Amino acid sequence: MLGKEKLSDIANQVLKLSSADQTEVLIFSNDEHLTRFAVNTIHQNVSETDVTVRVRAVFGKKTGVASGNDLSDKALQKTVKSAEMAARFQQDNPDFHSLPKPQAAREVDAYFEPTAVCAPEKRAQGATAICTMSRENNLEAAGAFSTAVNELMVVNSLGTAAYHCGTIAHIVTVIMGETSSGYASADAMDVSKLDPAAVGRVAVEKALRGQNPSEIEPGEYTVILEENAVADMLGLLGYLGFDALSVQEGRSFMNGRFGEKITGDNITIWDDGYDTRGLMLPFDYEGVPKQHVTLIDRGIAKGVVYDSFTAGREEGKVSTGHSLPAPNTWGPVAVNLFMAPGQATKEEMLASTEQGIWVTRFHYTNPLHPVKTVITGMTRDGTFLIEDGQITRPLKNLRFTQSILEAFDRVEMLGSELKLIKSDWENFATCAPAAKIRDFRFTGTTEF
Amino acid sequence: MKELTDRALNLAQVQGASYADIRIVQRERQDISVKNGVVQQLSLDGSRGFGVRVVADGAWGFASSHMVTAAEVDRITALAVSIAKASAMAKIQDVDLGIEEVHQDTYRTPVEVDPFSVPLNEKISLLMEADKEARSVKGVKVAESSMAFIRETKTFASTESSYIEQEIVESGLGIVVRAVAKGEVQQRSYPNSFGRHQGTAGYELIKKWDLVGNARRMGEEAVALLSAPQCPSGVTALILDGPQLALQVHESCGHPIELDRVFGTEAAYAGTSFLTPDKYNSLRYGSDIVNITADAVTPTGLGTFGYDDEGVPAQRTDIVKDGLFVGYLTSRETAGQLRKIHPDAPERSNGSMRADGWNRIPIIRMTNVSLQPGKWTLDDLIADTDDGVYMITNKSWSIDDKRLNFQFGTEMAYQVKNGKLGQMYKNATYTGITPQFWGGCDAICNADHWHVWGTANCGKGQPGQVAHTGHGAAPARFRNVQVGVMK
Repeated sequence: MLGKEKLSDIANQVLKLSSADQTEVLIFSNDEHLTRFAVNTIHQNVSETDVTVRVRAVFGKKTGVASGNDLSDKALQKTVKSAEMAARFQQDNPDFHSLPKPQAAREVDAYFEPTAVCAPEKRAQGATAICTMSRENNLEAAGAFSTAVNELMVVNSLGTAAYHCGTIAHIVTVIMGETSSGYASADAMDVSKLDPAAVGRVAVEKALRGQNPSEIEPGEYTVILEENAVADMLGLLGYLGFDALSVQEGRSFMNGRFGEKITGDNITIWDDGYDTRGLMLPFDYEGVPKQHVTLIDRGIAKGVVYDSFTAGREEGKVSTGHSLPAPNTWGPVAVNLFMAPGQATKEEMLASTEQGIWVTRFHYTNPLHPVKTVITGMTRDGTFLIEDGQITRPLKNLRFTQSILEAFDRVEMLGSELKLIKSDWENFATCAPAAKIRDFRFTGTTEF
Repeated sequence: MKELTDRALNLAQVQGASYADIRIVQRERQDISVKNGVVQQLSLDGSRGFGVRVVADGAWGFASSHMVTAAEVDRITALAVSIAKASAMAKIQDVDLGIEEVHQDTYRTPVEVDPFSVPLNEKISLLMEADKEARSVKGVKVAESSMAFIRETKTFASTESSYIEQEIVESGLGIVVRAVAKGEVQQRSYPNSFGRHQGTAGYELIKKWDLVGNARRMGEEAVALLSAPQCPSGVTALILDGPQLALQVHESCGHPIELDRVFGTEAAYAGTSFLTPDKYNSLRYGSDIVNITADAVTPTGLGTFGYDDEGVPAQRTDIVKDGLFVGYLTSRETAGQLRKIHPDAPERSNGSMRADGWNRIPIIRMTNVSLQPGKWTLDDLIADTDDGVYMITNKSWSIDDKRLNFQFGTEMAYQVKNGKLGQMYKNATYTGITPQFWGGCDAICNADHWHVWGTANCGKGQPGQVAHTGHGAAPARFRNVQVGVMK
């Protein structure tokens, strides 16, 4: 961890080196550690220290970007010159107006010392607790326990200077038997809030309960989706159209439907980088403070997220603080998604279900039709038949092909608790409840 | 460089490591993209660092840093050893790397034209021209074209006295064109979808694929798809084009033959494999005409290199021979594990361990996993098909965590009726179970149609790693396939 002062010095050094009309310096400083286990033993245990300096040079309406992770004076100078050279090769982009002007972002308390100093021995103890529990039940544990300190600094020549430091701890396990598997995970900014043994117990219980699954005919069933499965669908909605660029390009499911009902009344979805239940991030990669953006309000399509570029294309719009690092061909992204909870416990959902399928999580979901929000994927690590309000037997995994918006129009109950779920690839996070949904469409089966 | 690698290896041994290797890696990357007549992205990125991998107390440790200095090499090496000792807390058995691999060598991707030497304005002009051609078609909403160039230099050294220097160069290009109507978005991509086609080659690869000459056709097809009927549902003969078949090979053969998945060490994220060791040399994976190989030596393949990241030489392995499953992708450690079960399995790794940069540990990754060509021409294959669907260019993919049940969507499809291409279909999908699907393969096109397609977005591992893999494929026909899954 380099700290605000050091990162600020580097950023200001870069600004001084630049001869561009406007210059933006984005610095990522990461200290990340991950202990991975499988077959009841630790098989990978890794550590990474990296600092990346990303420079955006602007000449009029031309922008160029270069990055490097060598912090020597010579290397920083080379990065600046590369960004300037790239900008000079550009043609004017009429939609580019300016780097964002300074806006104060409220500081958030996202740094937790126990996570920052977590030693490999502590992660190994957590992994060992899960492996031991698994072995005692004649099962095999796989999983990962990671901790990270991530610093982000955004400085630009217009006066923007934003710094954030956050910690993340993540534990996930898949426990496998001869014919079954069980999943559990937990995320927190403070590693001391994680209980590896508790995570292990949930997964072990599922693996034991899932033994000797039977087949069920594909078709439309009532489902109880645990939080991870709901989060998967929320994340895909974010990918498919909760952003201004996809609306401007006419490929969002929100196109032409603002103000209309697109899901059931009980669905409210928003993005908020300041909500303490999520992985807080107070500003985006342009240094713009994050706004609370309501995307769907009680079923009504309300809004999408903007960065400075997409906001500049529409009269009266401002960035909502959802930019990715430049150059960004993806457009703005809602990276702190929330779905409003309901009032039911999962036990109540189960008790109210005459016949249905319990889904622990989805696997390998992908869109088939972006406008209709049709996706496909598999169930994984704990799929069970529900009969007369009880789980009666484990099922072999099923393939679903289902429109997300149609599913969200048929939500009968929502869980009263939100679960924080970090994405696998970035520090994006979703807070989702469990959901009971009727007529969920399963289109295939597999052999396990 | 040797001074630093010697320093790490000596220190690791002094601190108690029984094995150590170090990779010092520098990656340069140039990305250019043009969208609707505007350069959206022009970026020049560099990353340099090193990673030290050790076995101490019989367990693995790995640490990495971006600061390539003697002091940091000392700190990171000591950290890697301490991490290995922590790993040993949950050890069941000691790491066994098998036979030593000792190589001193250099390898460079054969390149005709260094892509970094080609002026930026030449590259931008080509993309602008393709963009203009695509958007000359009425109804096109968005055209996005791109190029990517990567140069990775890496030095590998191990306590077994290996010292290997490599330079891998990649070039890639592509265009995606979208047309939009109410409630419908359709796209066409060339030469491949999801950004681009890529290979280990220089700028000659860019010149080989006529982006400008195909851009207008992509626009025309995207617009035509808007009014095309939905692909009907049914069980029929399915012909796949090369790029879609390449992804089919990647997902349903490439991943399940990764021996780390088979042994459960990727279970928590990517999953495991239906190709368990009991199926080795006994499972009928496909029909008699299905021959699949894994190699890291095919020129221009995106999985081509000189040595893997354990210092094992590039090689070629049979995976499926005349329909029989006969091989895995292996590492030094897993090759030995397999041999304990099958004493007739190869003694050495077939060189499939790769890391996504200096800050990642090597894991088993696909090299060029390829379906070998057959005897048909595409014209003859279509003429020989009474009733079926011809699907072109991947749009969506999904497969279960043992790689059995899959479902793919393609950008475009055609009805095949009485030996001729008929109606264009949109939103085409097909689904199946891997061995049944490959068992229905009854015709594969010849070498004239065969190409090594690049997949530059293969995710695996925790923390996540993206691998660049190659897949040789020519169009092929599969009988009795369920098509048209989407309502």
